[in-house]
Order: sequence, then structure tokens, then C-alpha cells
Amino acid sequence: MRQYSPQEEVDFVIIGSGAAGGIMAKQLSTAGFSVVVLEQGGWGKYGHERDYTKDELLNRNPNLEDRLMSNPSTQRNTFRRTDRDEATAGRHSYGCVVGGGTVTYGGSSWRHLPWEFNEASTVGTIAGTGLADWPITYEELEPYYTQAEWEMGISGQRIDSPFLAPMSREYPVPPVPMKSSGALFHVAAAKLGLTVVPGPLAIITQAHNGRMGCVNCGMCSGFGCHVKARSSSAVTVIPIAVESGNCEVRVRSYVREITTNNSGQVTGVTYFNAQEQEVFQPAKAVVLSANAGESARLLLMSKSSRFPDGLANSNGVVGKYLMLGGGGGASALFEHPLNDYKGVVSGTGIVDYVPSDPNRGFYGGGRMTSRGYATPISYGLGGLSPDAPRWGAGYKQALRDESRHKMSISCFTSQLPLETNRVDLDPNVKDEWGLPAMRITSQSHPDDIKNMEFFRQKSIEVLEAAGAKSVWAGPVRDSTGGAHNRGTCRMGNDPNTSVVDRYHRAHDVPNLFIVDGSNLVTGGRNHPTMTIQALAFRAAEHLVRAARGGDLSAGGGA
Amino acid sequence: MDTQGKSRRSFLIESVSGLGGVWVAANYPGILAAEEYVLEEAKSGQPAEFAFFTRDQAIEVEEMASQIIPTDHTAGAREARVVSFIDRALVTFDSGRQADYTQGLSELAATSRQQFPSADKFSDLTFDQQMQVLLSIEQTPFFNLVRTHTITGFFASPVHGGNHDKVGWELLGYDDALNHEAPFGYYDALPQSRG
Repeated sequence: MRQYSPQEEVDFVIIGSGAAGGIMAKQLSTAGFSVVVLEQGGWGKYGHERDYTKDELLNRNPNLEDRLMSNPSTQRNTFRRTDRDEATAGRHSYGCVVGGGTVTYGGSSWRHLPWEFNEASTVGTIAGTGLADWPITYEELEPYYTQAEWEMGISGQRIDSPFLAPMSREYPVPPVPMKSSGALFHVAAAKLGLTVVPGPLAIITQAHNGRMGCVNCGMCSGFGCHVKARSSSAVTVIPIAVESGNCEVRVRSYVREITTNNSGQVTGVTYFNAQEQEVFQPAKAVVLSANAGESARLLLMSKSSRFPDGLANSNGVVGKYLMLGGGGGASALFEHPLNDYKGVVSGTGIVDYVPSDPNRGFYGGGRMTSRGYATPISYGLGGLSPDAPRWGAGYKQALRDESRHKMSISCFTSQLPLETNRVDLDPNVKDEWGLPAMRITSQSHPDDIKNMEFFRQKSIEVLEAAGAKSVWAGPVRDSTGGAHNRGTCRMGNDPNTSVVDRYHRAHDVPNLFIVDGSNLVTGGRNHPTMTIQALAFRAAEHLVRAARGGDLSAGGGA
Repeated sequence: MDTQGKSRRSFLIESVSGLGGVWVAANYPGILAAEEYVLEEAKSGQPAEFAFFTRDQAIEVEEMASQIIPTDHTAGAREARVVSFIDRALVTFDSGRQADYTQGLSELAATSRQQFPSADKFSDLTFDQQMQVLLSIEQTPFFNLVRTHTITGFFASPVHGGNHDKVGWELLGYDDALNHEAPFGYYDALPQSRG
């Protein structure tokens, strides 16, 4: 791997190596630019993926070397519902390894639908929310969705449906095999008139770009993939970036500030290395791809006399319009064994309720996905039906009777963007590096709660129609965060109401580009990764053009 | 996991000490160290002495565990050697819970004597009497700790000391091949409405 000295100014520093950062690294380095990628986490099993553990206990309790997610006890964060509440210790955790969250995610790779880019114009604005149109259209982004699907390796089936985004090209590999939970979706759908589709997944099913297909091990979401079938940044774009000879990935690099000069341009970044020494890496431009939480926190920490409220934040929008994922669902037992622990976590979707429908009496939509039972330890601790005993002979018999007969439906919704829902710096709590902890303030809009309740009811309906022996569904609960955080550095044409322009350039800073889930103007129906990847390919193309044209520091349109 | 001739324990200690304290997870364990312990035991062919429990404490814990997952026509927590898993957990990744066990076991004995004055300790009770005692404490943190440890040990990989002969996985019908081919279940091949 190419090594740069911190004394050497590189063309680009990229902060984060996940869904967006990995793509930016590949596109910029193969275009000939010098690139340093700073990753908070370690290498994981990069290059020796077969060493990823499938041991559930080890995976639940990783030591440092094997940790794939951030550790909330050192990478601290706090949570509160509203400004009136005192924030308490939060459990927010994000992918923290070369490849970021793509190393362990379930792999759902749904595109945003065309109308999701201009819902404010079509559905109408909703009082008290920041629902807004994107500055780009689906048609502009479509080629990059296709590029991402083929370069990353997404399995699926192109289907012509009003509930799916139109695709200019088929998926590179066919969908995962249908499991019993998916087949039961079809049984219900036939009765209820619903549309069942194989879920698009960043898990390849046959050889593609030098990798082999999934072996259906079942230790999937939350685990590293030992056969490299999951199309993470770490087995796709990052190796190409490294092989270009222009890209250095520095692990265990915890960035504390993006630095600027008196003329308001970025000069580089300051980070703590693994030995907790402070290092300054100069760069001609910085690409921030640290996810919606960390990107906003870093901007807010990067204060200077010129940017007293944080970088790229002259309008005060950084951190705002945070959108968490929401849900709702149900579980059921069937007469015969499903064995749904085999194979990928989520294989099949019902998509009819993706669009919002005024007849439901609220704004919102989402996707229903079929799921199996959890891995053995988590199943034993909390997977049984609610009436089953917690211990003793009845508990043991329930384990025997239920385990292979269970399926669940998980529905995926997104919060409406609200100005009051945000990431900022906790005034009291510091992380292990002495930096202000991320504070999340989030309370769903009432329509979001109604939407989740709608999906809870629909899940029960679908499972009953599928012929379940028994069905149960816990109450819906407001979101507390998790993997699918979006918003916080929204994209827009108006510098007064957005953080980056349509090419991801910060309105306030000509050589700062923010490319990740923070840019999303609306949340889609939760799973954001496919859109983040498409945005990254598009952003990189414009950034290469701008850099070649000498436009990194001059400002103006790319 | 490649230890390149070093013991797992020294491998771990070196990799951690080279990195600075902040990177050490707060719950940093040594589940790997526990695994090493099991492997060394297997090599010697001798059952290890309990590392944390006294013999008497181990008996009480095993009696509790086998109430939580009893033995019927198939193996329970006792045959799965869950007590070995818990013992190792308490000297490795869950060493912070040692005092909970010491205190909890002593309270369990007191509760047993209170409810059944002829008994000296929990293991003196009949199966039904034990159940009665546990029902009276099933909301306590100690009971829930033992429940969590028992279930975890029953279903964790056998390299951690419990789930002996994979009896836990057998109960679930869980096949640990980590390589499966469709069809996976009874309904996979149902006629489909679409697609």
C-alpha cells in the first residue's frame, strides 16, 4: 500500500471508509489523485476474510482486534427525546472498521423511488416538518444506481412495478433463493392482492468480479462475511483503491477537527492515531464520509474564528433534520418447519405500502420484509412467543416446538425530517478522547408513529393470511436510533436551508465535500445504503472533473 | 484464528497493550482466553478444577441451571456442562459478576432454609421444592443473571465450555454446518403467486 508522510500535502483526505468513503477512495485514487483515507476502526479481517468468526458469543463480545462496530462505552453518545429532557447515555453504534457498516449490514439495497426526490412538490409540504424536494432527480441519479449495483455486486430481480424504482439494467446476479418465509409471503399476497419481490441485496449469489456466491451460512447480519459474498466496501472498492498505488488507508485514526485557513478553505485534518498522538494531515480538499452522526459531530467540533458555530454551518443547519429508522412488525409460528435461520437475514419484500396514501390518514410508507429466527443465543434469550415460560420444562419444550417454525416480519419506515431532531455536541459528556460526545435529540412526528402502527397491523394481517398458527406483535415504540441514520447535512440548492450543494460541495467551504447518508433530504423507506452508494459514484465523477479543472479551491459550480 | 505458535493469551495481551488504553473495550474480556482454557483442558484430558467456584458453589449453580433448562428425555443444562461455561465466564469476560454469584448463592441458601427449614442449602431440596424457591426469586437480578448465563452457555459454541456435544443446538434443530443449500424449509417450494 502506498504510504504518504503527514508532511506531504495530498490531494484528498477522505474521512471514513464505509459505503460512501470506500467508493470515493476508489474513484479518486484510480483517477490519479493522491488519497489518504482515515478510518476510526481497524482493518477487521481485510484480505483474510475467511477468519471472520461465526462464533456468536465472540461476535457479541468482541475484543479490540475483532470489533466491527463502534463501542458506545468509549465512543460515547447521549440521547434525549426533546430539548426539555436531560440526555442520558445512548447506545448509538455505527460500523467502525475498514468498510464501515457495509462489513456487517444485512445488505438491503433498495433504490429510492423517483417520486421520493420531489415529495414536497407532489405530496405537498407537511406543517411542522422539513419535508423538501431534493436538488436532483431520480433520472439524474439512475445511471449511478446502476453503476453501484454492478460495481458493488447487488443480487436481485428487475421487476416492472409502480412500487419499485425503474432500472435501466438488470441486476448483475440473480436473487437469493426464496426461503419458507418468502414463500409464505406469496401465500398471503395471493389472498390479499399484494406484491412480493425478492429483496435486492448486497450479497452475491454467484461469482461476480472475482468473488464467490453466498453459502447461506445464516450467521449474516452483524457478522463479517467469511466467503466475501457480502459486497462490502472492504472487498470491492477499497482493494481497488489500494492497488491503484495512490491510496493509503490509515486505520485507528480518530479525527477531531477539519482545519481551515484565514480565507475559509480547508487545509487538512487533525486526528489522533492509535498511539493517541495528534497528527495533522494536510490536503488540498477533504471528503467527509463519516455517516450522518459522526459527520455532523465533526463539523460542529471544527470551530474557528471564521466558523464559530462549526464548519459549513453558517446557516445553523448542520446536524438538523436527522432521520432515524422506524419499524413495526410481528412474528408467527407455522405448522411445519421453516428453518429460516439458514441463508440471508432478509430475502423477500412486500412493497405495496411504499408510497404514502392519503386515505390512510397520515403521511408515510414503508417496506415489509420477511425474517427468520435469530442466531441460537439470542433466540434462546428472547425469541420465543410471549406466552412461553421463561425457564423450566415449559421453556425447554417451547424451544423445541417453536424454533424452526417461526417467522417474523420487519417493516422499515423512516422519520419525517424535523428541524428539532438533530445531532449536536453534548455539553456535559466527553468521549474517551476528551471530545464532546454526540448528542441525539429525536422524537418522531405523530404521522411516523401512525405509520409504524399501520405496519404492525399489516404484519399481523399478512401472517394470518399466510396461515400462521399463532401471531404476536409487540407495541410500536418511537425510534432511538441505530444503523440507518440520515439527514444532518442535507443537500439543496439554497445555501440558507441546506449544507451541501447538488454536487456535495459545502456551501460555505469550496474544498470541503460531504458524501454520505447525511446528505439525504428525505429518508426513503429506511434502507439508505443503495442511495448513498449511487450518490457517492455521482459525487466522485463531478469531483474528479472539478479537480482536473483546478476548481477545488476556487468555489463555484462543479 | 492464527496464533502463530504463541498462546492465545499472550497474543491478546500483546495486541492490546500495544494500542493504548482507549482502544480497549470497556467490557474487554478475553473470551478468547476462556477458549484457550477449554482447549488446554481438552488436551490434558482431565476436567479442570473450577477456576472461580468452589466445588460446593458449582453444585448449587448446576442445580439452578438444571431448573432453568431441565433434563427430560433430552439433555439439559447439566449435560451441556453449563456450569463449566459459567465458571470460565466468571474468570474471563464476565469477571465483573463474581460478587453477584458469591452473594446470590449465599442468599439462595438462606431463602432455601427459610422456606424449607430442614434443608441447609438449595441442592438439598427436591426438584419441586427447588422450583418453588426459584419461583419466589425469579424477578431478582441474580436469578436473571444465572438465567442469561445458563441460556448463553447452553447455546454458545462448545469451545466455550457449555453446549457439550452440541446438545443445545440439537434441541433447537439448529444445524451448525454454516453452509446450506435450498430448500431450507417445508414451505420453500410452495406455488407462488408471482415472480
